[in-house]
Amino acid sequence: MKLTVKNLNFAYADQEVLHDLSFEIGDGEFVSILGPSGCGKSTLLNVLSGILLPQGGAVYIDEVPVKGGDGRFAYMPQNDLLFPWKTILDNVCLYGEIHHRKKEMRQEARSQMARFGLKGCENKYPGELSGGMRQRAAFLRTTLCEAGIYLLDEPFGALDVITRSDMQEWLKDLCTKLKKTILLVTHDTDEAIYLSDRILILGAPGEGIRREITIHEQNRTREWLYEQGSLRAEIHRIIKTKSGEK
Amino acid sequence: MKKMTKTAPVIVILALAAAWELIVQIAGIPLYVLPAPSDTLRAFASEFPTLLGHGAVTVMEALAGMGISFVIGIVMGILIDAMPTFKRCVYPILVVTQTVPTIVLAPIFIIYMGFGYAPKILTVVLMCFFPIVVSFSDGLGQMDQGYLNLVKTYGGNRVQLYRIVKIPSAMISLLSGLKVAATYSISGAVVGEWIASQSGLGYYLIRAKNAYMLDDVFACVLMIILLSLLMNGIVKLFGWAVLPMERRKKQTEGKQLS
Repeated sequence: MKLTVKNLNFAYADQEVLHDLSFEIGDGEFVSILGPSGCGKSTLLNVLSGILLPQGGAVYIDEVPVKGGDGRFAYMPQNDLLFPWKTILDNVCLYGEIHHRKKEMRQEARSQMARFGLKGCENKYPGELSGGMRQRAAFLRTTLCEAGIYLLDEPFGALDVITRSDMQEWLKDLCTKLKKTILLVTHDTDEAIYLSDRILILGAPGEGIRREITIHEQNRTREWLYEQGSLRAEIHRIIKTKSGEK
Repeated sequence: MKKMTKTAPVIVILALAAAWELIVQIAGIPLYVLPAPSDTLRAFASEFPTLLGHGAVTVMEALAGMGISFVIGIVMGILIDAMPTFKRCVYPILVVTQTVPTIVLAPIFIIYMGFGYAPKILTVVLMCFFPIVVSFSDGLGQMDQGYLNLVKTYGGNRVQLYRIVKIPSAMISLLSGLKVAATYSISGAVVGEWIASQSGLGYYLIRAKNAYMLDDVFACVLMIILLSLLMNGIVKLFGWAVLPMERRKKQTEGKQLS
């Protein structure tokens, strides 16, 4: 599914965060958004997912205008937000419970458990799983949303370095198989370089997209990532540049 | 250590009872002033069938009052959480209902509702609904906004927000309120019976007191304590049934300790 964002505007009471923001994400493309703190990365996902209402602009999926909160986007926040009183199976079937398709979704979820490294965890509670497993459960919940576009808001931000690296590896393989359109918000430059087809770097609040970087390498490995020092430095330089500077 | 944690309260209670017994025996305090624990237990054993009959009436009133309080608590809790204006209008009235002593209101209920069960049940409701409303509405309001946003992004409506997120998340708070209410419920029924009735522990208590049979009064107090604990146990059972996650946690803790 192709996502088109046109002239999106959003302001909190005291500050404009998104000003005429426009970009496109192609069908099956993995795009990451980087930028300084407070530049509006998470706000953008909140607007797309319907948590916040934009003050202007439009969002299109395959050229059809959409509104957030209508189930077209599958949103995965930074915290896993698994309900502690529900079993993992019931947690991942949240979308089915809301849309009265819990029974079919439970079957689908059971068949997906092994793929997400959660086999045998169906009847466990979130408190009984490790941080990585909880994130995988949250991602399975996201994939069961039947939505064409995934919005991932720093999904591995709360994990330790080793687990985060494992999860990135796992997500990279999974995304190749899922072939979904993904918009990832992250603070981690390496994560963006390793996973994305394209990186959008946002500037100061209201400034919009400062730079766009396309990553052409198809066969990415950790070794390849370690060699991307100049790209990493370039991204850091762009993020740190103050508004108006060159 | 685990054994010590379980036995310590029993040891303390037994030590206090032994001290009480010793003081009464050594000082020769007469029965009509302060019965010893042994007198109380003797009276409890001999009066047990009578206490059980009156206790059944009190428990019935307490259960009816708790049931009504539960329904009121759930409905009011949701309304308070969902409608800020309703909260602003009703909450002060709820607080005021708790400032008037029940002993003052109970006779008024009897004037309006007669000598049957209704005024006693209403007294229980008056004492029990408040902790349920407060704990439940607080529990509903404390849910992490992230969970609510998640359900909204998945297309969940307002009813689903309550059914899927808010009400289950408020269950632990609700249970705390129910435990307080359960402990009050027997006392509430006894206060109602104390004013005017022909059965129940309140009625038994006033009869025994008027006859200066303090051992029977203390035996009745013991029965009230046991029934209050029974009501508390019923709430714990309810919690056990509705919170499987907590059940699992306790089982895991039990295994780790053993």
